[in-house]
Amino acid sequence: MSAASPVVPSDTTGLAPSAPPEPSAAAEAKRRLSSPWASLAAIVIAILWTVPTAGLLITSFRPVGDINSSGWWKFFLDPNVTLDNYRAVFTGDDVGLSTYLVNSIVITLPAVLIPIALATMAAYAFAWMKFPGRNALFVAVFALQIVPIQVTMIPLLSLYVDPPFGLPQLAGANAPGGGFYTIWLSHAMFALPLAIFLLHNFMREIPGELVESARVDGAGHVQIFTRIMLPLMVPAIAAFGIFQFLWVWNDLLVALVFGGGSLNISPMTVRLAELSGTRDQAWHLLSAGAFVSLIIPLIVFLALQRYFVRGLLAGSVKG
Amino acid sequence: MSTGEKFLQLLIVIGLFLAVMAVVLVLTSRVRSRVGEILQTTAFLLPAVLLLALGLLYPAIRTVIESFRDRTSSEWVGLANYEAIFTDDALLQVLRNTAIWVLVTPVLATVIGLVYAVLVDRARFERFAKALMFMPMAISLVGASLIWRFVYSYRETDAAQIGVLNQLLKSLGFETYRFISTEPWNTLFLVVVMIWVQAGFAMTILSAAIKAVPDDIVEAARLDGVSGWRMFRYITVPSIRPSLIVVLTTITIATLKVFDIVRTMTGGNFGTSVLAYEFYAQGFRAFNNGLGAALAVLLFVLVIPIVIYNVRQMRKVEAR
Repeated sequence: MSAASPVVPSDTTGLAPSAPPEPSAAAEAKRRLSSPWASLAAIVIAILWTVPTAGLLITSFRPVGDINSSGWWKFFLDPNVTLDNYRAVFTGDDVGLSTYLVNSIVITLPAVLIPIALATMAAYAFAWMKFPGRNALFVAVFALQIVPIQVTMIPLLSLYVDPPFGLPQLAGANAPGGGFYTIWLSHAMFALPLAIFLLHNFMREIPGELVESARVDGAGHVQIFTRIMLPLMVPAIAAFGIFQFLWVWNDLLVALVFGGGSLNISPMTVRLAELSGTRDQAWHLLSAGAFVSLIIPLIVFLALQRYFVRGLLAGSVKG
Repeated sequence: MSTGEKFLQLLIVIGLFLAVMAVVLVLTSRVRSRVGEILQTTAFLLPAVLLLALGLLYPAIRTVIESFRDRTSSEWVGLANYEAIFTDDALLQVLRNTAIWVLVTPVLATVIGLVYAVLVDRARFERFAKALMFMPMAISLVGASLIWRFVYSYRETDAAQIGVLNQLLKSLGFETYRFISTEPWNTLFLVVVMIWVQAGFAMTILSAAIKAVPDDIVEAARLDGVSGWRMFRYITVPSIRPSLIVVLTTITIATLKVFDIVRTMTGGNFGTSVLAYEFYAQGFRAFNNGLGAALAVLLFVLVIPIVIYNVRQMRKVEAR
């Protein structure tokens, strides 16, 4: 890397006066942060990144009258707290958020579990099984990562509506499972290339002697997979699992396209987007609804932040 | 469907899936021969490969074909759909908007993420400070759009304001402003939402990269009298260059596919539509299969070089 030989320009008229050499990087950081401008900049950015969310969060706990007659910042002068908005989104006729909360859960669990299970097995096959055309097939799977899901959607929907070979129709009024299968399947398909790739990379790091010695002892692939690989793969599976969870839970496009437009099986994102269009000034409902949908991914994120960051650094970002 | 039935479906699909998997694994593990090896390989590989072929490969090819056919995919129209994209006024605006999104978002999100990562590096509240910027990554783009629609809320200047930005304008003595519906600047106000979401991603990756810069390099530079801005410019930035490129390209790809923000904030109105939104509008609202497919193919073509570049850089980062 170019940084191996630090390039230092000879002129000393730089912006910062050269400080006397200090022993540690931490000390340097401390010195730099004691610069009031740097601290100020950090605080300004932090505020810009927090205030929008805080505003909506505070609004969700204010009475409707207050929300419409004054800005949320007035809350600090005249604090009125109520849970009415949350009650309204759950029990009121016009939102019925509990239905969509259930839908989100019903959509998310299989859409996370199924691709992870399939991808772990496929990754094992690519890493430790010998078969003709293995490398070519792996490259093909890897290359499928570049296909944007939009490119697949129009033909995929017609496959669901009008399947070949007399297979059962997966979308429409008589669809099995109330129509959830189209959403589950789509999420599973779209997750596979990245999941297989990441899990394969991780699996290759497990020492080959482990597998070889197990084989010598007479263990078959199934035993090696379930007894040796799965326990070792837990961190990698967790890292990808969180990403897939957040991706499915927060998804709007797949649910809109493959949910058949029926709100009966739509997740919360679709309901909120709908509400944002039809009741665009009903901030008491929008704010509470938004926070119901945000709270679960936030809890997952905060609880499993370690895995999340690890997954990010391993490249689990959907292209 | 009632809630009970939905949960029943959930249990059925997971149960069915696990049962089939277990049966296949147990059965194939019984056979101990060359045939058994083949059976096991098939059992491990076939489900995923079948799903990929059916769900990604085949539809992608079909989309390319349909992009040369008319709105009901019944007649060949040659390049007419692509011609429409590059000549129709509304669609040209879609392309312009997409260009604005792609040019502005990655650069600003990366710069802000980088500056913040440097500023809070090894500070006392580093973890907390990073979580603040990182949080938007965990929430849906629909949620983020609602949060920002509220920030942008418009009321007449005389009325009591509920949007924080218009309150700010009013306090400074300006007229209130329709951030979301005033062309042409509204696209930039939508871009802000994406920057707000993506900066946390940039910050996380770049912060890890900064921490990985070897101490002796920093030390040697300091002994040479380098500090502050020049340390950042000549030591930090060159050292994290591969990570910077990964961040820029990843955000570019995400931005090209931005859909949720446009749909939730404006529904594609007020001249804010972008490629990924127009694809949805044409393909699934106007039921114009041909044009929808052509827009998807264009998106594909734009994404390919960036992804390839991104993957190459990612390998470089990993190789270090």
